[in-house]
Amino acid sequence: MINEVLYMNGYGLYVWSSFVFTLSCFSILYLVIKLQLVKEQKKFRARFESLETDKIEIAKKQDTYKEILVTSSVSKI
Amino acid sequence: MLHYLKPNNLLKIINKTQKYVFIIFLVIITIGLVEALILSPEDYKQSDSVRIMYVHVPAAWISLGIFSLIAILSFGILVFKNKNLSLITKSLAPSGFVFNIIALVTGSIWGKPTWGTWWAWDARITSMLLLAFFYLMFLLSWRITDKEEKAMKISSYIAIIGLINVPIIKFSVEWWSTLHQPSSVNIFTETSIHVSMLLPLGIMTAAFALFSLLIFLMKYNTELIKIKNKGLDRL
Repeated sequence: MINEVLYMNGYGLYVWSSFVFTLSCFSILYLVIKLQLVKEQKKFRARFESLETDKIEIAKKQDTYKEILVTSSVSKI
Repeated sequence: MLHYLKPNNLLKIINKTQKYVFIIFLVIITIGLVEALILSPEDYKQSDSVRIMYVHVPAAWISLGIFSLIAILSFGILVFKNKNLSLITKSLAPSGFVFNIIALVTGSIWGKPTWGTWWAWDARITSMLLLAFFYLMFLLSWRITDKEEKAMKISSYIAIIGLINVPIIKFSVEWWSTLHQPSSVNIFTETSIHVSMLLPLGIMTAAFALFSLLIFLMKYNTELIKIKNKGLDRL
């Protein structure tokens, strides 16, 4: 059974390489985009923390900034 | 409706949906892989090499679909000067480009056992290669200039010009004599593919569509944070 699935009547090399290539592309794209997202979240947090106290208070009142701060502390995926 | 399009609400929705889209994608791709590699039957002519179709065809469909969407939204960018639309097109492009590359490479691998060659300069393959160049130019247009407005314009024009290539890809197998077989799945006419093969093809297409949605959400989220990052300077 396993041999049949791997060999695929002589086409195993073509079929498996196509699927491996596809899944590798998925993984690389996912990792690259995820790294970009985490980098921007970190950059935002660092910049936010370097703000003066009164500016932090203004920013904290804005929902968008709150949402980014919540998601940047804990990675969702 | 417009309430949900505000950046803070969009961010909330994106952050919540990403997790669920990722989980649903994992479930569907697992089912799709089992169906495509084990349960679906071999073809009477192409034998097991037909299984390459389950990654090649969905990748080609989705890369074409994403490019068409980018081109349609690009009209909106030029007419309405809407920055949010440009963020959407910018976030759609990476997955579209990767699906295009997957379609080209898996097509090439499929070509070797069926046609006896890795590559042929026939109409379908060449027009798909051209689409990859349009994707590449679209992505590079955001890097060649620091001026956002200029990048928006250049990328929109590239997408609109590239839209001419989409019907060429679709009808190339009918207009010219090519090595590539005519499409087996049709919406308006009868589909010539058996349900035992149509099912895994449908599942894999759904999984690929979910993956492109996931990448889009993550990229769009990144772009929104980049804008908010700039906004911190103006406080």
